Amino acid sequence: MANFFNDNNDLRFHLTHPLMKKIVALKEQGFGDKEKYDFAPIDFEDAIDSYDKVLEIVGDICGTVLAPNAEHVDAEGPEVINNHVKYHRGTQENHDALTRAGLYGMSLPRQYGGLNFPMVPYVMAAELVSRADAGFANIWGLQDCAETIHEFASEDLKSKYLPLANEGKTYAMDLTEPDAGSDLQAVMLKAHYDEKQGTWLLNGVKRFITNGDADVSLVLARSEEGTTDARGLSLFIYDKTHNAVKVRRIEHKLGIIGSPTCELVFTNAPAELVGDRKMGLIKYVMSLMNGARLGVGAQSVGISDAAYREAVKYANERAQFGKPIIQFPAVYELLTNMRVKLQASRSLLYETSRYVDIYKAYTHISNERKLEKEERDEMKEYQRLADVFTPLLKMFSSEYSNQITYDSLQIHGGAGFMKDFPIERLYRDARITTIYEGTSQLQVVAAIRGVTTGVYLNRIRFYEAQEIAPEYEYIRRQLVDMTADYEKAVATVQQVGDNDYVDFHARRLVEMAGNIIMTYLLLLDSQRDESYRESTDVFLKMAYAQNKERLAYIENFELKDVGFFKMV
Amino acid sequence: MTKKGFKIVVLAKQVPDTRNVGKDAMKADGTVNRAALPAIFNPEDLNALEQALSIKDRYAGTTITILTMGPGRAAEIIREGMYRGADDGVLLTDRKFAGSDTLATSYAISLAVKKLNPDIVIAGRQAIDGDTAQVGPQVAEKMNLPQITYAEEILAIDKGKAVIKRRLERGFEVVSCPMPLVITVNASAPECRSRNAKFVMKFKHAKTVTELQESTSDYMELQSRAYLRIPEWGVADINADDKDLGLSGSPTKVKKIENVVFQAKESKRLSAADADIESLMKELISNHTIG
Repeated sequence: MANFFNDNNDLRFHLTHPLMKKIVALKEQGFGDKEKYDFAPIDFEDAIDSYDKVLEIVGDICGTVLAPNAEHVDAEGPEVINNHVKYHRGTQENHDALTRAGLYGMSLPRQYGGLNFPMVPYVMAAELVSRADAGFANIWGLQDCAETIHEFASEDLKSKYLPLANEGKTYAMDLTEPDAGSDLQAVMLKAHYDEKQGTWLLNGVKRFITNGDADVSLVLARSEEGTTDARGLSLFIYDKTHNAVKVRRIEHKLGIIGSPTCELVFTNAPAELVGDRKMGLIKYVMSLMNGARLGVGAQSVGISDAAYREAVKYANERAQFGKPIIQFPAVYELLTNMRVKLQASRSLLYETSRYVDIYKAYTHISNERKLEKEERDEMKEYQRLADVFTPLLKMFSSEYSNQITYDSLQIHGGAGFMKDFPIERLYRDARITTIYEGTSQLQVVAAIRGVTTGVYLNRIRFYEAQEIAPEYEYIRRQLVDMTADYEKAVATVQQVGDNDYVDFHARRLVEMAGNIIMTYLLLLDSQRDESYRESTDVFLKMAYAQNKERLAYIENFELKDVGFFKMV
Repeated sequence: MTKKGFKIVVLAKQVPDTRNVGKDAMKADGTVNRAALPAIFNPEDLNALEQALSIKDRYAGTTITILTMGPGRAAEIIREGMYRGADDGVLLTDRKFAGSDTLATSYAISLAVKKLNPDIVIAGRQAIDGDTAQVGPQVAEKMNLPQITYAEEILAIDKGKAVIKRRLERGFEVVSCPMPLVITVNASAPECRSRNAKFVMKFKHAKTVTELQESTSDYMELQSRAYLRIPEWGVADINADDKDLGLSGSPTKVKKIENVVFQAKESKRLSAADADIESLMKELISNHTIG
């Protein structure tokens, strides 16, 4: 029987990364929970063993329940009955199996029914679920909302809404409106405090809301009358039991069909304020979005993994001209490039997860006690890293998942264009990943700060300084070359002294930084396990050539050339 | 509900996975090559466990004990049961049990069940290694309990009676039976739920004394947690009579073993015509290669 965790060596490898020691220590705080909870770990080794065993359950359910359901869920989809969403029967089965296995609320503290897992194993679970059914991954991944409630809501709201996660209640984040997509400052849904009822009431429309009919919804709404910008927005919890929100319709989509995308009408819907007024978009949604972007990273890597496996399988089975097509250079080159992109984006995914883990753990500790200076510094350092690695990850992994599903379908030839193989579904499912939770273009806007403030460069220098076995030295030398090219490209663009010019080349600069970072991550991976060496070599060739091309483009460009691109 | 929950014993067996038999499945001497076949929870015993768990879901206060007989490593089956929601387990293990046929096995198990004194005993219909389907019914006979075979679903328990749906050859029937009773469950019953994350983390350190003695890495501080101790019962613990156990208690004698040699003897050429494909499908279904 298929177990999606046991057939994936990369995941166990990343689960044993040296930084896990620090992460587990921060997350378990002296392992005091073992006195209160019979399932809490005794020490570091015990914790890692628990993550491993629980991921094995996730892998089992993914292989035996989610993946076999995916085709029908995609073909038939959810429906709206009496203004409420009815999941496809397969979707409901998936959700029930994961609930019964006690897997929801994975990252929440034990006191709220959670498993108190760090982000790394939680993100691994998201990757596994995505490989099995990328549409369902949204319903699974929206438990992130509970993380936001945990971080910002009052103790009352926490004890009311957090235990629901483990019980299998579902979550949604209601942000987008017809006129507020990428630009959430334009949100108009109205919140007013009703003195008589002693509650906030929500009125208005939300659109494109994933899993919009969830049990618990986080709603971004305008609480300050007369305002038009981000400072007038607050975050609310709406509880479905009030029955004051109607699902007007669900969208017909290209992909991730199992995930219902709803248009919602709020009519005097009672809601509870999360944290402080006016901080909705500025603080809480930003945090929510960062979590969601990490989630899309996991979703993208999961789709890439599924598409890569389908391609390998087909290329081995399909014979033309008297031999399996995998033996033709044009095919094996494609497959190998797919594999290294998959592994590079996976290394970036777990590196980013580790950064998020450390700063989040410190954030939670700081709510209990005052942090020491070194702890505060470390928290800030890792938050800075997480802030620039998250958009980098989101952009690269989602673009790669589109490239990998495209190439996988290509390897399938005409058969891949038919509905007979899973690749056509994966190809459609991948398409949304570069769009939602901020398009790739918007990720660049966030990531360029990592270029201009030098955070990427500092981290690259840090990687460069790590101990590397002598036989890998040639790789580091090439990476040092690439770093010099990157600095040259950044300097060339910045010399012009024009912000629009930086924006124009931003994607090229971010991609150059990302290529260097991912190659370093693979190089460091191969220090712990030499099976990553070939992937490092192959990825380096691709990254090196791409960065040369981007540098050449920038060097052969002047400010006035931007004008050519304004003709359309 | 007349009382608070029920005490259920699930009979489970660790078996070699005979569903994926390869050419190494048997040794030259005709015995099972256990090294080539992974040891698993007998599939229909998992169906039985699911029925027990569904009673536990519905009737608060219900407890489930996994009872298994076998060598020390069979404790894995007990842990597997606890990972899915069983409360505890007992390993019947003793050198004197070795070589028991179904008569001797059911004798030992019935004594252990008597000691546990449950309201309901649930077992799988049969194990995939011996395929006898005898142990469950024999336990019922020895304990003089009513037995319901071919069970597919335990619909309800009311006023001291269990209402059970039985899968028969040409349909199903619903019967009612007073407790205590023995139920054997078919593979057509719902599949067992998967492991539960919290149960796995809670019970992964559950060990028998023998396992504790053999392991070097276990956590001493966990020894005080009673639920992590899997009891081992030997002949003395169930007051069994030696002569009814093992080889001396087993009248079954294996008369002859025939080695099946996996070898292609003949080949058949088929065209892509529908008629050929249909005849092949019929052949494969009739000899149970597929379906």
